[in-house]
Amino acid sequence: MQFNLLVAACLAYVIILFVVAFMVERRAQHGRLGWLRSPLVYTLSLSIYCTAWTFYGAVGYAARSGLEYLTIYFGPTLVFIGWWWILRKLVRIGRQYRVTSIADLISSRYGKSNTLGVIVTLIAVIATTPYIALQLQSVVLAFGVFATGTPDGVTPPDAASTAIWVAAGLAVFTVLFGTRNLDAREQHHGIVTAIAVEAVVKLVALVAVGAFVVWGIAGGVGQVLARIDAAQLSAWQVQPGRWAGLIALSAMAVITLPRMFQVMVVENDDEGHLARASWAFPAYLMLMSLFIVPIAVIGLERLPPGSNPDMFVLTLPLAEGQGGLAMLAFLGGFSSATSMVIVESIALATMISNHIVIPLWLRLRPAAAGQGEDLRGVVLMARRLAIGGVLALGYGYYQVSGGSAALASIGLIAFLGVAQVLPAMIGGLFWRGATRLGAILGLGTGFAIWAFTSFLPSFGPGAVLSRAVFAEGLFGLHWLRPYGLFGTQAMDPMMHALFWSLVLNALAFCLGSLLSFPGPVERLQGAAFVKVFDGAVGPQRWARGQAEPEALLTMAQRILGEEVALALFQSAAREQGKEGYLPDPTPAFLDALEARLSGSVGAATAHAMISQLVGRATVTVEELMAVASESAHIMEHSAQLEAREAELTRTAGALREANEKLTQLSVQKDAFLSQISHELRTPMTSIRAFSEILTEGDLPPDQVAKYGRIIHDEAKRLTRLLDDLLDLSVLETGTVQLNLGLASLQQMLDTALTAAQQTRPERTFIVQRDLPSEAIYLRTDADRLTQVFINLVSNARKYCDAARPELRIGVRQRAGRVMVDVVDNGTGIPKGSQALIFEKFARLTDANRAGGAGLGLAICREIMANLGGSIVYLPGQGGAAFRVTLPLRLEKAAA
Amino acid sequence: MRRPLFLARAPYRRRRLRDAARLLPVLGMLLLLLPLLWTPGSEVRLGAGDVAYFFLVWFGLIALAAAIAPGLSPGEGDEEED
Repeated sequence: MQFNLLVAACLAYVIILFVVAFMVERRAQHGRLGWLRSPLVYTLSLSIYCTAWTFYGAVGYAARSGLEYLTIYFGPTLVFIGWWWILRKLVRIGRQYRVTSIADLISSRYGKSNTLGVIVTLIAVIATTPYIALQLQSVVLAFGVFATGTPDGVTPPDAASTAIWVAAGLAVFTVLFGTRNLDAREQHHGIVTAIAVEAVVKLVALVAVGAFVVWGIAGGVGQVLARIDAAQLSAWQVQPGRWAGLIALSAMAVITLPRMFQVMVVENDDEGHLARASWAFPAYLMLMSLFIVPIAVIGLERLPPGSNPDMFVLTLPLAEGQGGLAMLAFLGGFSSATSMVIVESIALATMISNHIVIPLWLRLRPAAAGQGEDLRGVVLMARRLAIGGVLALGYGYYQVSGGSAALASIGLIAFLGVAQVLPAMIGGLFWRGATRLGAILGLGTGFAIWAFTSFLPSFGPGAVLSRAVFAEGLFGLHWLRPYGLFGTQAMDPMMHALFWSLVLNALAFCLGSLLSFPGPVERLQGAAFVKVFDGAVGPQRWARGQAEPEALLTMAQRILGEEVALALFQSAAREQGKEGYLPDPTPAFLDALEARLSGSVGAATAHAMISQLVGRATVTVEELMAVASESAHIMEHSAQLEAREAELTRTAGALREANEKLTQLSVQKDAFLSQISHELRTPMTSIRAFSEILTEGDLPPDQVAKYGRIIHDEAKRLTRLLDDLLDLSVLETGTVQLNLGLASLQQMLDTALTAAQQTRPERTFIVQRDLPSEAIYLRTDADRLTQVFINLVSNARKYCDAARPELRIGVRQRAGRVMVDVVDNGTGIPKGSQALIFEKFARLTDANRAGGAGLGLAICREIMANLGGSIVYLPGQGGAAFRVTLPLRLEKAAA
Repeated sequence: MRRPLFLARAPYRRRRLRDAARLLPVLGMLLLLLPLLWTPGSEVRLGAGDVAYFFLVWFGLIALAAAIAPGLSPGEGDEEED
């Protein structure tokens, strides 16, 4: 294998990537991304989780620690198949609030605090520097494998200069594509696509090597399984602490690693892609780790003892004389390293420029804030320098650490470093009570403990921490030893650091949050983040400010560029119904502007810049409450409307009922009028006819007497009718004179029954009475009450249609009131008519019209009202039933 | 504003699907932590069977996640959090 060929292949590969990225950027500019925004590309871009650490390191890991390497993939698998818990919310928030990095997320959530942004940025930079060094180291090692393999005249460069070349090359590539423009939403389609291509290359390479090992060397799956059983790494056994701890650690890291956050949240185009990735990404991980164990086992078996297991992926095909396969494997490893470094440095550069450089720049040159200087140049330059700086740091770490440590342990240290962000992040997403102070305390504590127990000791005893500190503890305090905090030296160092840093981190975070009081912006942001799916709470909003639109435009131009800013302002002005480019600084416009700016320079900076112009750094608590109560008012208003509507419906129902009744009454009245004229007319006619006959004379005396009697009877009927009408009108106007006195109820009922016998005397009624209960003396108008009873009994006699009519009279006494029920055993009154029977002129059927004009019950009702009682129809008694209720003692005043 | 107490068949199914999506990682955690119980003594050796176990579990989880994911339709997930 010629070294020249290797370098040429590398260059060719990079050029292909370059072309891919370039083409995609071109298409993106024309808005023709098409399938490039598919879930497939998204899933593949997520594969930067698998760095060179996976590609080379996993085999070494498996050779050293058996199946433990799987934990690094189980964690992400659990997080992704459980995407409904966390990732969905994270991506939604990231898209809704234009989050540009994980530092931006934390800073935004905790009241756009730049302090937090700086802390998270520092943690991310420090934690991932070794990781970048790791990638450089893997590329250098891989080159080394080929170089030692075939000395063919060309002297390969030494390790240090290889590392420099690789780092510089990556920096150039990243700067070219990562900082071409300042996007409103910090997205880099070109790079994402290039990374998707690299993902395919590394998967194909690893699977190819694995397939070669399984079917080419071992001779089939069964053989491989047999060799796994026989191999040395079977001495490994599960260490419960490390097993569970590493699964948890990798699960945390996959959310908090800056590069994962970048591709997962910031570069996400569509939330639907996440659903696909939720299973496709674990599937990718599974494929990547499928052949790790076979490669490790066969490598241990075939290669000479002492060879570096981290390089088995390369050395095994080389040893078997498969140059082409080794080349593919090399490109796979190269892809893994480059894609990780590119995305990681972009993510870090974004954080550094947004949270450190730009705020510093604005602080140092406040005079320039309102001037026309184009800040975009500053931002882009800051990012370019940051990318260079990050790679330089990585290179520096590689040089310092000597590049000898096993890959896996460096990777885990980096994981643990970024995992310190997790408590503040998860707390911020799900707990409204999480505060800025809590987040600062938690991050600080976690970071300090991580540095002391994991990061600094990784340089080795005597490098950063003296041997004395390792042995005796910090300041000679025995309980402050890096590997034995609080006397827990029996723990595995990694688990020790994991346990103490995260436990104390979470503890400080919770305590700080519980004991502090958040500011208004913080509370609004907290509510907006935690309730992102409810959509009820918007993020922090601007009150109408005193900002000059011109100054805003100048500022926006500095960040977005002239054209974009002018277009933005013009469309906003048009929305407000204004001509020109200067909209009013309404809250809505300020919000939109801030969201747009924060896509470029981060939420904290955008917020600070606008508040500089609007002239007020924060909203007050009152404004906060006003915003909150705004929505509450709306809800209240709608509730009121609802109540009013219900009331209207009720009223309408009542009106409809009343109307029906009126209509019915009107019909009744018409019927009565015709009837009353008939009632008046019939006697009048007979009186007139008979009186005419009488005036003619010449009649036998008995005829005269007979006619005279008829005339008299008819006149009596007329009188009775008129009496009734008069009676009713007197009762209705309430001018009736009541004759109050003590009277026996029994006597009154006796009188009523006797009097009522005149009605249809031919019928015999069985009357059931309970005499003892009737022995009550009432203070009331006995005549009037008797009249009511007579009416009821004679109604029963008139209308009861039973073959063996019965009449039951029941008396009850309750709470100073007496109830008298008069019940017959007829068919009763149909339900529909029950409401009408007490109306004047009502008469149900014409079948049993036995005189009377339908005034009886109406009169009864008026009498009872005058006596301070009531009469109602009792349904469901097996016949017509009336209940008369009246007070035991009627006082004069009530009359 | 107020959420209905009972749901029609389709939304009901969708919610149960979400429950399944939430439970899946719990199931996965159980299955992946199961090997912790395998080590009563020091003489337990790693065999090919263990490797097969892990990959089968892994494959099963992915298959379940793939079966659940399409029905979750994140676009309609806004009426959270039930």
